[in-house]
Amino acid sequence: MAIVNLTNVTYKYPLTETPALKNINLQVEEGQFVAVIGPNGAGKSTLCYTLAGFIPHFFKGELSGMVEVAGIESGKSSLHEWVLNVGLAFQNPFNQISGAKYTVFEEIAFGLENIGVPRDEMKVRVEEAMKLTGISDLADRSPYSLSGGQQQRVALTSILVMQPKVLVLDEPTSQLDPIGTREVFSAIRKMAERGMTVIMAEHKVEWIAHFADRVIALLEGEILLDGTPREVLTSDLLAEKGFGISRYTSAARKARTLGLWKRDYLPVTLEEAAEGFAPSLSPERRGE
Amino acid sequence: MNIEICNLHFTYPSGVQALRGISLTIEASEQVGIVGQNGAGKTTLVRHFNGLLQPTSGEVKIGDWDTRQYSVAKLASRVGYVFQNPDEQLFSRDVRTEVAFGPKNLGYPKEQVQALVTDALEMTQLSDKTETNPYDLSPTWRKMVAIASVIAMDTPIVIFDEPTTGQDAASVARIANVIRVLRERGKTVVTITHDIDFCAENFERVIAMSQGQILLDGRVNDVLGQEDILATTYVDPPQLTRLGRRLGFRETVRNEAEFLAVLHKQSL
Repeated sequence: MAIVNLTNVTYKYPLTETPALKNINLQVEEGQFVAVIGPNGAGKSTLCYTLAGFIPHFFKGELSGMVEVAGIESGKSSLHEWVLNVGLAFQNPFNQISGAKYTVFEEIAFGLENIGVPRDEMKVRVEEAMKLTGISDLADRSPYSLSGGQQQRVALTSILVMQPKVLVLDEPTSQLDPIGTREVFSAIRKMAERGMTVIMAEHKVEWIAHFADRVIALLEGEILLDGTPREVLTSDLLAEKGFGISRYTSAARKARTLGLWKRDYLPVTLEEAAEGFAPSLSPERRGE
Repeated sequence: MNIEICNLHFTYPSGVQALRGISLTIEASEQVGIVGQNGAGKTTLVRHFNGLLQPTSGEVKIGDWDTRQYSVAKLASRVGYVFQNPDEQLFSRDVRTEVAFGPKNLGYPKEQVQALVTDALEMTQLSDKTETNPYDLSPTWRKMVAIASVIAMDTPIVIFDEPTTGQDAASVARIANVIRVLRERGKTVVTITHDIDFCAENFERVIAMSQGQILLDGRVNDVLGQEDILATTYVDPPQLTRLGRRLGFRETVRNEAEFLAVLHKQSL
């Protein structure tokens, strides 16, 4: 059974004329890692807010259709019930940090305090979560003394520690260096393998191709494509509609017109590209 | 106007040694990308260019000005700085006022302020949004307002701190175009970025930093070819550079045109 179930969901922010989400139908199975891509303004953040209950609980406006997560309908539940099942890491970590805590350790424990987790368990969970995201050495620092990348990891950790059934991430690696990005993707992949459902708005297609099970391409509030990373990320539609695409895909697409890419599919990862291009090289160039 | 840095050390009040002996010359009209892991000292370094930070020891000179002798306000006439987070920099009620703030403060005559503002708005494709409150714009367009408000100051040196963070493909292309125009006008551009593909496609000189020091400094293809050294500062070479290496290309390629050219040559 799908843990996330959106049926005919349309949403319009207050004082706007066009809906930010239009007739979204989306079912996600438990433990699936779904990446959501799209140009800025396509509705990625709005979808994140809708899944996280910020819409309709915090943002007003007009929501229609059904939003159901873990068997509960968002319009028919309190925000308190909702946050026990769903966690959201914000796009801008600075907006997420509570401002009420002096250390990173306390900041990460904040959510657990609010839902009344016993003190001993809280300590264990905070330490585990910090280890998973590689920030144990920041425990005693002030959240505001950190770099953008460090703050982003703190924001992510403070959601992971809640162990939500559904983890919603709005560009969680935007401030991270490439290796940091890979580490965060790989930590999130681990959570998905443990059964956590992950929905992540993200631009970095190379890592999406490596780690996600499924990709949804949003455009102007509608689902344009929905499928496996290869199906979606190599689609000609993406390039036409101004989505960011992998350099591997785009180079192979051009090479195909020059007769230098002979596979019937296009690559999204380094490995696929290397395999596909190798036969085009003359033998001595391949070191044979 | 050169930037000259001599044996620069900087230690934050917390005791963190963020810069440990940086010596560096950036010539007038150069376009430099700075890469390196989070915490390498990239932002700390460029904040010395406009006096936001002062050396713990060593020297930073912008043209003939030693930054210790000049206020941030004074240095603003030579160095424009686009912050990583546009929200740290925007405060006006509408886009035009925001963009006019910098040049007005620098004391340009009224007509020149107008011309600079119009030019900056055109370059950033904001001409149709001049009356909008910056905070009613999407983060992507707020970034463009932040860029425009610095461009309009017409400083010889412009610094971008992570300009492509969270931007989509169209916005990244707009930012690349701004950098291209600045290059044509002979401006010095220093850009911090984690987006190594963007760096490879837009800069001729690349500096890789690690733990408060300069690890590599040179022409883009030479620096990006040093895969092992880059890995120590958590930087992966660009996608097509890695692919070229994997395919056994002798040359280091940095973008699609170079990749396809070598592929074509080696397929014969």
